[in-house]
Amino acid sequence: MLVTERERLSEELRELAEAYGRQRTALLPMLQHVQRKYNHVSAYTMQVIADLLDIHPVEVHSVVSFYAFLGDKPRGRFIVRLCRTISCDLAGKDRIARQLENDLGIPFGQTTGDGMFTLEWANCLGMCDRGPALLVNDRVYTGVTAEKVHEIIEECRAEFGLHALRKKEEQRA
Amino acid sequence: MGNHVTANQVQSRAPRSQQRQAPPVSPAPDAIGGTVSVEIDGKSIKVPFGTTILEAARQAGVRIPTLCYHEDLCVAGVCRVCVVEVEGMRTLQASCAYPITQPIKINTHTRKVRQARRHIIDLLLANHYGECYACGRNNNCELQALAKEYGVDFFRFGHPEKPRFEIDRSSHSVVRDMNKCVLCRRCIRTCIDFQEVGVLEAIGRGDQTRVTTFLEKPLAEVICINCGQCINRCPTGALRANDPTDEVWAAIDDPTKHVIMQTAPSPRAAIAECFGLPAGTPLTFEMNTALRRCGFDKVFDTNFTADLTIIEEGTELLLRLYKALVLGDKTVALPQFTSCSPGWVKFIEHFYPEYLDHLSSAKSPQQMFGALIKTYYAELNNIDPKDIVSVALMPCSAKKFECNRPEMCDSGYKDIDYGLTTRELAKMISEAGIDLPAMPKSDFDDPFGTATGSGVIFGATGGVMESALRCVIEIVTGKKVEEFYDHADIIPVRGFEGIRYVEIPLPEKLGPVIDLLKPLVPNWDWLAGATLKVAVAHGTANARKIMEDIKAGGHFSECHFIEFMACPGGCLGGGGQPIPTSPEIRAARAKAIYAEDSAYQVRKSHENPVIQRIYGEFLTEGPGGHKAHKLLHTHYTPRGKYIS
Repeated sequence: MLVTERERLSEELRELAEAYGRQRTALLPMLQHVQRKYNHVSAYTMQVIADLLDIHPVEVHSVVSFYAFLGDKPRGRFIVRLCRTISCDLAGKDRIARQLENDLGIPFGQTTGDGMFTLEWANCLGMCDRGPALLVNDRVYTGVTAEKVHEIIEECRAEFGLHALRKKEEQRA
Repeated sequence: MGNHVTANQVQSRAPRSQQRQAPPVSPAPDAIGGTVSVEIDGKSIKVPFGTTILEAARQAGVRIPTLCYHEDLCVAGVCRVCVVEVEGMRTLQASCAYPITQPIKINTHTRKVRQARRHIIDLLLANHYGECYACGRNNNCELQALAKEYGVDFFRFGHPEKPRFEIDRSSHSVVRDMNKCVLCRRCIRTCIDFQEVGVLEAIGRGDQTRVTTFLEKPLAEVICINCGQCINRCPTGALRANDPTDEVWAAIDDPTKHVIMQTAPSPRAAIAECFGLPAGTPLTFEMNTALRRCGFDKVFDTNFTADLTIIEEGTELLLRLYKALVLGDKTVALPQFTSCSPGWVKFIEHFYPEYLDHLSSAKSPQQMFGALIKTYYAELNNIDPKDIVSVALMPCSAKKFECNRPEMCDSGYKDIDYGLTTRELAKMISEAGIDLPAMPKSDFDDPFGTATGSGVIFGATGGVMESALRCVIEIVTGKKVEEFYDHADIIPVRGFEGIRYVEIPLPEKLGPVIDLLKPLVPNWDWLAGATLKVAVAHGTANARKIMEDIKAGGHFSECHFIEFMACPGGCLGGGGQPIPTSPEIRAARAKAIYAEDSAYQVRKSHENPVIQRIYGEFLTEGPGGHKAHKLLHTHYTPRGKYIS
């Protein structure tokens, strides 16, 4: 990481720490913020946060490793989490899993080569009456069928494409 | 006592729930809410409100097995080995983590409890790669002892047949073998809460949980001070010191090598524990005989260079004071910090690198010895320094790192070749078939066998400070220390209080400057009537408190001299000492050390005749002179607390 980039990041984290209060309890909201914005919590970020909150970097790493929604390595832009608990299992999650793996070309736990999708398991999304359920980033899809998997993935791709297009236009203007 | 909260509790950085808390003791035990009556296995006792079931049981003489519980550490309640049945409660309760707040009835040996404990032990064994024959902790392993106690005769839930993790041997000091880890988290609590260094933590969740370092890096690449306190508290063989005994045996067996052993003061006060004797049994002279029988060519006393350290460090302090107070030099860093503890040195290099110029440039006694052996001693006895193998017996795992520092080669060779811990020497002695307690007594070899009581007390917290004060007071006042302190025992700096602060008023009339220091200071008039302010801290958690105070400009920043020891209790509680450790064991070792000090005829470093001789014929420019600087002083590396 460039020195200027590091300085900018430390400054951002410092402001964040001030906003949440410089104490241990600020750890989770800070990590969630970083995860939302950068899609992962880097080693450098963990050390800056530890420094700001007067705890040890390894404690920050411990928290990051504990929560499935936080990670120390970059994941795909869309994280697809398929519920694997009993109701969704009975509702046919295996079929959906195969479809997902087939459409994305990756097994569970991996990210596509273009960095778009990460496929993961989730434990109970609370949609037991409408399984199989899956989560794409913050969005929940219920009663997913094999056909719907294709639609969901295309929807993501389109969204990203549109999003990217808009950004380019903004830059041009 | 009452609801008195000590400074330790207020300033601890750990979350409140993880701090070690003594139960609140009511001022009047019979007052309402002051005591609670409990019935343990039919025996009724009264205990203070908030006492845990485990503590109450111990008072009642009922044994409850424990694993994750440790007297030095905060309660975790994770292993569940100590579960008991509390009447009226549906589930079993972990006795170490259950404070008694109302009268209860407890059963510790019902069928339900026995079965649960057995299953817990079986589950622990299902994750523990036990290769007991080949383990350093064979016969001194808490898991093995529990398995024996509960008569484990088969592995109900299986047993790992192959190691799952690679052994981390990257560090010079600590070896991590996570195949033997049972996730009791004692090392985590030691490192984060007790020492406040923060190397180890539990990473992952559920059955994926493992104890590891930041980003799972090898130990050599993370911020570890090598203090080895985690080793002392590990119940199994998952953490151990990096053992060089094979290399030492090889050197002994090589007839072309001249193998020299120097022994520090703490191992001799503790090694008896490895041979089944109670803590605090000194075996100094028996150990000398045993070392010779093992095949060491010479056995020297590190206390000799401890005396030398006092002279060099004391001179440095007086010079710093002179420069700051008389010459008005603003760049002089005060207070001066001691530099004997390699764990503390690495701690300050990582966490407070901006204060490195406060650290005395004097090497630790071990390294001074190394530099002298391969120069002065080699010349004196006409031995080629390349044929000398210098081994140091230390209570310390960080000394292994220290002797491998690249700058520690001032003699032109590696000053100290191997650092041995007390445990490793005990192993070598047993291996040689020697029964240590039965050995005849013999003295150290000359010329470095002559030491003083000042050197001995380096092993206890406050010892370096006491030795330095004995020396500085005599040099400055020209009078005997005994005139100020009975038997030259400077009691205020002794004890196990985490941080001690002492003021020593100097008299109005001071003595003449001794010959050794004449080139450096003209007179002592500038110190007349002054007050010497000193402080002592042991354990890096306490060191951190002093450093934060200095950073904030608190009253410790007005001190002149501060002693820091990385390990709780000082060297006698070091990471290379026999396992187990507890406050009582450390107190017993300290008693042995102070007893040895008072048995010495000469108890002040500057009165050591060999010290006087070495300045006369070898370090001819005196303390702080050119040659002394080359051999006896060092420099430090600012390391910082960020790793990439």
